[in-house]
Amino acid sequence: MGTSIVTQNKPNEKIQHSEKILEVRNLKKYFPIKAGVLQRTKGYIKAVDGIDFFIRKGETFGLVGESGCGKSTAGRTITRLYEPTEGEIFFEGENITSKKERHLFNLRRNMQMVFQDPYSSLNPRKTVGTTLIEPLKVHRMYKTHKECREYAQSILERVGLNPSFINRYPHEFSGGQRQRIGIARSLVLNPKLIVGDEPVSALDVSIQSQVLNLLNDLQDEFDLTYLFIAHDLSVVKHFSDRIGVMYLGNMSEVANKKDLYDEPLHPYTQALLSAVPRSHPREVKKERILLKGDIPSPANPPTGCVFHTRCPFVMDHCKEVIPEMKEVRPDHFVACHLH
Amino acid sequence: MGQETVIELKDVTTSFFSRKQELSVVDRVSFSVEKGETVAIVGESGSGKSMTSLSIMQLVPAPNGKVTNGEIIFNGEDLLKKSKKDMHKVRGNDISMIFQEPMSSLNPVYTIGEQLREQLMYHQPLSKREAHEKGIEMLEIVGFARAREMMREYPHRLSGGMRQRVMIAMALSNNPKLLIADEPTTALDVTVQAQILDLMRGLSKDYDSSIILITHDLGVVAELAQRVVVMYGGQVVEEAKIDEIFDKPLHPYTEGLLNSMPKLNEEQTRLQSIPGSVPTPDNFPKGCRFVTRCPYAMQVCTEEQPTLLEKETRHKVRCFLHEEGVGKDGDINRHSKQTQ
Repeated sequence: MGTSIVTQNKPNEKIQHSEKILEVRNLKKYFPIKAGVLQRTKGYIKAVDGIDFFIRKGETFGLVGESGCGKSTAGRTITRLYEPTEGEIFFEGENITSKKERHLFNLRRNMQMVFQDPYSSLNPRKTVGTTLIEPLKVHRMYKTHKECREYAQSILERVGLNPSFINRYPHEFSGGQRQRIGIARSLVLNPKLIVGDEPVSALDVSIQSQVLNLLNDLQDEFDLTYLFIAHDLSVVKHFSDRIGVMYLGNMSEVANKKDLYDEPLHPYTQALLSAVPRSHPREVKKERILLKGDIPSPANPPTGCVFHTRCPFVMDHCKEVIPEMKEVRPDHFVACHLH
Repeated sequence: MGQETVIELKDVTTSFFSRKQELSVVDRVSFSVEKGETVAIVGESGSGKSMTSLSIMQLVPAPNGKVTNGEIIFNGEDLLKKSKKDMHKVRGNDISMIFQEPMSSLNPVYTIGEQLREQLMYHQPLSKREAHEKGIEMLEIVGFARAREMMREYPHRLSGGMRQRVMIAMALSNNPKLLIADEPTTALDVTVQAQILDLMRGLSKDYDSSIILITHDLGVVAELAQRVVVMYGGQVVEEAKIDEIFDKPLHPYTEGLLNSMPKLNEEQTRLQSIPGSVPTPDNFPKGCRFVTRCPYAMQVCTEEQPTLLEKETRHKVRCFLHEEGVGKDGDINRHSKQTQ
């Protein structure tokens, strides 16, 4: 799926003027399926199967899709927590796809991650202070321990926690507080890009809105760019500037949020949006598009367009030819033969 | 509406006991469900909504947990007075339950058919063959195209949405008068959630069954429920018809909950949020349990517990803002008053 995303650059708004901080071209990540006594590779799970997109500096790019669509794998491959199988990743214009681990030092500092589960993503044996100070020491941000500690405390305060919590252990905190610690950890090194892998989906509604507001404030204050991975379409819409919709390892549609929600072009995006529960009992919804069947297995994806097995508008053509990602309107990309 | 009450909870209190103390996780909860009605219990984790449903089913984890007070009137009988054996006949027959985790609520070593047949034969005088046919019929109702083959499948072969549909088929196979659905779609993707919600809506329409829907997702509530009970800290804080809850919530917590929900059809630059988090049962404030997070907290709220009052017809709220005789400055003259 080589596409032409690279060539476009439409100056419209403020953010659109700014440069691309991250660009992904034809990114693939396959996981081998091993079986038998000899653990031979029997096939591959094509978790991410050729996606292209870019993120502009200072914006929030939302990545949505259902479970198993590869959105989390994409996030982890971009941060080089997984080795990409194929494709290229550019961070601030620099190709980081095949950089050796020891050269990734600076990259790790500029690209941080916030994880979904606030319970398992913090080391239970380390105090909050140890968790926050360790990266500062590794990257030699401050000379003395005292300075590191003071800085860590100021970050804690910034994410809405009491600086005296620095000596506490993770089990002493609630889910929402832990997620704030997770955010503090990603902030200490003053990164440029933060990849949030479902950072609010494990939280209660009232806590979720607190954390979303916090992330919003931090973005302005620390000049951050977010890659926001989530499955909740209302949250993604609220939080993102541009959104990419993934289905079975492929990118179906990329557009700014207004276009995507007002005029979804890909049949999958349309079905996904129609499935969101209404927010008021009297709200009149467009007719619900019910998809037949289940997501096919990523070990054996359908030929042609991966969505053709469930698409209400399927044509013969779709079963054989893989649709290319096309810019059908300014800054609105869709991979579908209908367009 | 307004005809036949299927179940009525009166002052139900459920507590957990430790060596040191007794913690009430459900505190004098009262509400009722009518025939054909879907009532949603809404609340965050720790609000006691799941414990309320387990109290109805008498499945509160023993020996530390116990329903200590109140009555649960179902079919004219108090479920709390029933023996263990009698409860077996009620569960899965008159009242059945769907749990949140479709992965862990089916037995992995038996086929779908075996599990469906077992509970059909337990509650109804059916032969094995009859139970099998009935099982297939139920699977067809919940939308399986290949129901006959499905009877031979093991749970691990099914996806989350399919398992949840099997659970629903099972829960409905004995025509229960009441279905309790505890977060039935939380573990599922939106497109599958839409299928399950459609299915449940059809069931309450076609079979006139009553549903207690337990959820934290106000979107699911808007899709399915006719009446809403909002719980906070083990207490009912508000109860009203669905439109009233969404149009004019009376309790500050309900209001906060509605405002903190991002909406698909509105542009919001900033979400309103409720500061702080839900207190644990051993840390409940002395007065109103929401006082620590309430934007309208008054002096009286920290000292006394508000009572659940019927403010308008069938709209109850537990808040001093809506209690007459409580001055805005916080002095309490409601003891001297209360003539009506």
